[in-house]
Amino acid sequence: MLFDVLIIGGGIVGCAIARELSRYRLEVALCEKEVEVGFGTTKANSGIIHGGHHAAPETLKGRLEWEGNQLWDELAADLGFGFARVGELTVALHEEQLPVLDRLLRHAAVKRIPGVERWEPARIRSEEPALSHDILAAVYAPTTAVVNPYEACYALAENAVQNGVTLLTGLPVRRLHQKGDLWEIVTPGACLESRFVINAAGLYADVIAAMAGVQTFTIHPRKGEEYLLDKRLRGLVKRVIFPCPSPVSKGILIIPTYDGTIMVGPTAEDVHDRADLTTSARGAQTVFDAVRRLAPGIHEKDVIAQFAGLRAAADGEDFIIGPTAKRGFINVAGIQSPGLTAAPAIARSVVELLRDERLKLDLRDDFIAKRPAPIHFAALSTQEQIALALRDPRYRRIVCRCETVTEGEVLDAIARGACTLDGVKFRTRAGMGRCQGGFCTIRCMELLARARRLPMSAVTKRGPGSWLVCARTEEEKADAT
Amino acid sequence: MITSNPRHLRGSYDVIVVGGGPAGLEAAVAAQEAGADHILVVDREPEAGGILLQCIHCGFGLHRFGEELTGPEYAQRVMKQALAHRIDIVTDAFVLDIDLQRRVKLMTREAGVSLVEARAVVLAMGARERTRAAVRIPGARPAGVFTAGMAQRLVNLYGWLPGRRVAILGSGDIGLIMARRLTLEGVEVAGVFELMPHPNGLNRNIVQCLHDFDIPLHLSTTVVEIHGHNRVEKVTVAPVDDNLRPQLERAWEVECDTLLISIGLIPENELSERLRLRMDPVTRGPVVTSAMECSLNGVFACGNVVHIHDLVDFVSAEAMLAGRSAGLFAIGAPLRPDNVRLLPGENVAYCVPHTISTEREHTVYMRTRRRLEACKLRLVAPDGRIVHEKRLRYVFPAEMVNLKLKPVILQHFHDDALRIDIVGRSAER
Repeated sequence: MLFDVLIIGGGIVGCAIARELSRYRLEVALCEKEVEVGFGTTKANSGIIHGGHHAAPETLKGRLEWEGNQLWDELAADLGFGFARVGELTVALHEEQLPVLDRLLRHAAVKRIPGVERWEPARIRSEEPALSHDILAAVYAPTTAVVNPYEACYALAENAVQNGVTLLTGLPVRRLHQKGDLWEIVTPGACLESRFVINAAGLYADVIAAMAGVQTFTIHPRKGEEYLLDKRLRGLVKRVIFPCPSPVSKGILIIPTYDGTIMVGPTAEDVHDRADLTTSARGAQTVFDAVRRLAPGIHEKDVIAQFAGLRAAADGEDFIIGPTAKRGFINVAGIQSPGLTAAPAIARSVVELLRDERLKLDLRDDFIAKRPAPIHFAALSTQEQIALALRDPRYRRIVCRCETVTEGEVLDAIARGACTLDGVKFRTRAGMGRCQGGFCTIRCMELLARARRLPMSAVTKRGPGSWLVCARTEEEKADAT
Repeated sequence: MITSNPRHLRGSYDVIVVGGGPAGLEAAVAAQEAGADHILVVDREPEAGGILLQCIHCGFGLHRFGEELTGPEYAQRVMKQALAHRIDIVTDAFVLDIDLQRRVKLMTREAGVSLVEARAVVLAMGARERTRAAVRIPGARPAGVFTAGMAQRLVNLYGWLPGRRVAILGSGDIGLIMARRLTLEGVEVAGVFELMPHPNGLNRNIVQCLHDFDIPLHLSTTVVEIHGHNRVEKVTVAPVDDNLRPQLERAWEVECDTLLISIGLIPENELSERLRLRMDPVTRGPVVTSAMECSLNGVFACGNVVHIHDLVDFVSAEAMLAGRSAGLFAIGAPLRPDNVRLLPGENVAYCVPHTISTEREHTVYMRTRRRLEACKLRLVAPDGRIVHEKRLRYVFPAEMVNLKLKPVILQHFHDDALRIDIVGRSAER
């Protein structure tokens, strides 16, 4: 198959690029090694759309952070995923941190970010009573938002597919060959051809670049552990709470996620293994020691889930976006924080890069900007719930008790592309609550098995190798295959 | 499958019971016997009976029915009794919410979402299992980490195995039962690992489920890391010191494709929290009177939603009490008030009910904090006077202590609070 543009990597960045390119009359493919999009760095993202004032204005990060921030309202409205501008406070606990607050205020002034202001202790206490009384001052930014990163990623991918993008999942790229004006992309299943290759491979972007013969950078995975707290703490803080940042990290935050669950983290630890998603006792200690300085009422006992993600930091810490020595091969690499925030702006700049590379870009007149938003039963009013259940019997059965997810939502998620338990979980929240799948796992597995015509033993948590159950006898095993 | 799904829901009921396990079914019957007419039991499974349906081992019913039954047999008896009383049981249904006026927001297969009024509500939602996150086991997050009850459901109700070689964290009863069950299914059980220096399940289960099958039980040992990217590949276990801190230098690895977690149950109190019921921080269930009434009038609770029981037989007893009270409340009969608060004292973690009356007979359930031998259970008045004393050979946290309180015991007691102490010789290792 011949494409105009083939994007390697179906994380938030790859999906945003695919959706942006789907506005034009192009043959675009998105190639993802995992069985679903968003299963890499994106799924473990903190879900913050940064206010715009953190990264220095002279860096690429700094420019795209604020540009990206401003694009999210329209994106969320068009694609129907949860997004809320809850605002943030960056707090100083020591005298020596006060200059950091001044720097943030300067960044905001240079970038003309509206509403960023300094708050004194009295204001902080009245607005966020759970915060420590040791806080000396804070910078408030109303521009900061929260979003479910995987929901945004699915929404972008779905809308891209609606507009004709070819989505290829479970397809790792093994080799890249330049053949005249074309790139040959070798995968275990198929050999694809494309005029342009966009390297949005996240943690593996340096590996993909090496395949193309342009290894000019190295990715250094930096692990972040996150801890989700029981929903009884909902409302503990109203805004995202940042400590004063250090040179390598924005520090450990208190995040009121879009769904209301409080999340604390992430740690920042350089690791060598790009598959190391382990959490540690030390990580938990670091997180809770840090957040208790910000809000003393937070306790480890309230943890309902823990996970880790890897940031794809490149040498020099800035984003690496641009053409390479090999014509047609474009890097979008080193997209660490504020990568999620910047993703829509990154997608736009990739379009401009392609234009510069003389790719003919004609807007489609049949572009569909809006994606029908998935129903979230729990978020509906009682009257809406009554009407929906009356109309559609699939919304008359609860699958996940903690998050009140109905069978209809799970079936809809499967119809939209979920093929694993995690895929269903990230799309619907089934299994994210306090019982952590104790009730819904078997129900979701049954629905997946039925809808995808799979035996239960072929249903996985997140793709090959992550099997959940096995057959009891040899005969049953034979039946199952 | 026995069901009795009503064709139509009424707009109002005398009593709505949330949960169709043994607690809910027994409460419904008792409510009807107390005089309530229209009673609805709501259960979220396709078949009522609760967790008993997956407990295919025996050991149930000795107190309640005078014979040893399996879980499904026990469930069937209470189910048949409920059907004989023509109780409406709606299955595959869910109570989404209850408001302070006892309006129940209900989801059923037949009617979708509807609002139904109840004169009295009985909370009988049971419990959920504590998960990996409750003890924050570090490591990877592969497939193959299950709670013991979920594995039991998979094996006994669906006929699937959770894996081929299993390690079990925690010596709670469900974990012990599953060690035996999986062994019988040809699954290799690498061992049971218990953080505490003593087992957390009933003694009979230690003997019948582990010793009889040569399954090793490692006390004072815990899982410190889970390994495996896609599926569990092994776990690291380590002995713990007297302060329960893992001794990592003495850790070892256990090859397995599955980790079962059996570290206890938590009362399922989402609805209780929504109703803002007063909760007991120790039981994590609602505070109840001797009539099993919660802090909101007309709302009653029974079974594992109030506190975690060892035996379903005691759940039945408690449920009959709650159901009777709910039935009386629904028909407008006054509930007789309590006049004494019970306070957990020395070595008593909690006691249920939280209040009693000196005029009536009560069974008080409690759990101890530590193992003691040759002990005395004492009822102590606020001035320190010992009102009543009872000898107990031994007590330990895994076994609930029951105390029968008769009016004669309290006939010379005139205060409003009574402390319960259990004192004796320490049996900790």
